[in-house]
Amino acid sequence: MAGPARFAFGMLAFGYAFLYLPIALVIFYSFNESRLVTVWSGFSLKWWHGLFVNEAMLEAAWLSLRIALVSATGAALLGLAAGYALARAPRFPGRTLFGSLVVAPMVMPEVVMGISMLLLFVGSERLFGGPDRGFLTIAIAHTTFSVAFVAIVVQARLADFDRSLEEAAMDLGATPWTTFRTVTLPLIAPSVGSGWLLAFTLSLDDLILTQFVAGAQSQTLPMRVYSSVRLGVDPQINVLATLVVMIAACALILSGWLTRRKV
Amino acid sequence: MRFVIGLPFLWLGVFFLLPCLLVLAISLGTYAPDSVPPVELGLSFKSFALLFSDDLYLAAWISSLRIAATSTLVALLLGYPMAYAIARAAPNRRPLLLMLVVLPFWTSFLIRIYAWMGLLADNGLIERFLRWSGLASNPGTILGTEWAVHLGIVYAYLPFMVLPLYATLEKLDDSLLEAAADLGARPFAAFLTVTLPLSLPGIVAGCLLVLIPAVGEFVIPDLLGGTETLMIGKVLWDEFFTNGDWPLASAVAVCLLVLLVGPIALFQRNQARSLERR
Repeated sequence: MAGPARFAFGMLAFGYAFLYLPIALVIFYSFNESRLVTVWSGFSLKWWHGLFVNEAMLEAAWLSLRIALVSATGAALLGLAAGYALARAPRFPGRTLFGSLVVAPMVMPEVVMGISMLLLFVGSERLFGGPDRGFLTIAIAHTTFSVAFVAIVVQARLADFDRSLEEAAMDLGATPWTTFRTVTLPLIAPSVGSGWLLAFTLSLDDLILTQFVAGAQSQTLPMRVYSSVRLGVDPQINVLATLVVMIAACALILSGWLTRRKV
Repeated sequence: MRFVIGLPFLWLGVFFLLPCLLVLAISLGTYAPDSVPPVELGLSFKSFALLFSDDLYLAAWISSLRIAATSTLVALLLGYPMAYAIARAAPNRRPLLLMLVVLPFWTSFLIRIYAWMGLLADNGLIERFLRWSGLASNPGTILGTEWAVHLGIVYAYLPFMVLPLYATLEKLDDSLLEAAADLGARPFAAFLTVTLPLSLPGIVAGCLLVLIPAVGEFVIPDLLGGTETLMIGKVLWDEFFTNGDWPLASAVAVCLLVLLVGPIALFQRNQARSLERR
């Protein structure tokens, strides 16, 4: 093996260690008997039990899950429309603006997006008396933030595939809607699916945007985790981390399977 | 088709564009602590003037940029060889190697930063390792320093660096390297004169993908940095939630956007160009 390649493979191994060692330690210490994460004092499942009877945490997880379901579905529908428009409509008034609006939330600093969305909701509260800050405002914020991710995947997929399939359907007399439903949609469904998964994960994980728009009543899982972690290390969070890593691994395998089925 | 364009257009207009304009409007208002919300609309540049005259804010801007830039550089130095190695691996192994880079990104950001809190804590594993290995006899607590913030940023954003780099390196034509070797270039010279220049779009994309979010980062300096770590995302947060000064927080947001417009435009041009080349 040539010099640069050998060095690169060494760095790759180091990189994996760097990425996974902290996660492995978090998982390891979730079974620690001691409260400290610097000392190992024996195997125990008490933090696992503690998390599963932690009402506040469970309630927050349930809220996060519902928000993620709603916002991922919203983002998938809007992202599908946006990606389709960007890939199939070369010219329409405001296309440049539309294109930048679609991708801008992806590169916008989250603190900026958080403050701007809160100002919108405060403004609408003053003008129309609603919506109340909570589930709905969080779901709207997450949807807006995630549309970009679905749109980009869908657009890339549509740019790649053979347009003659759509043209053939149209030549055979299918209406644009039928063509979309029977030809285009089945072909891009895996992309929409993986976009949905990405939006779902982003929503479950979001702290900053949520903290701005959540209001006083609602506490999502990341908000709970954040307020607990700020006070220092908490073994129950290690348990939660272990669960999250396991779920993420499953989701990634599922998403890899979905995208590999394409072609 | 009109509906397909109209629906996302309307949604993003109402929930993205309009809020951005609102931030601009609020940043030009004045702070009114007694009213709810604590803003008096107007056309005053007081908040901006304060931002540019107070040493604390200036220091926060400078240290945000500095921390983001050095972290990006470190991420590049680590991420480039990683991407290079994955691109040089056997084709059937690449998806797995790549998935291993992406997997942490799918777990919780907050939890990954939390993972470092225990490691960097007083008498934590890193400190004990440094002492045991003799790299530093009295390293002191790393948590709460700028070192910890750098580490956190590199850790959190490494996948964003590796992915675009891999995308350009993977497409690299091997025959170019063979030609360089035939003409007498040693592997390292061939790397410097062939691989590196050709992977420039990936370098630009990766660096910007790390730099842009790192500048406005809040969670990492808040959890890993100490009270003396100043970053602009944290300033915005504190002005908003702790001091309740909405116009000042909005002014910070506007400045942050203006600062990032350059890098963001550069990123999009870079992306558009590499999309054309496909």
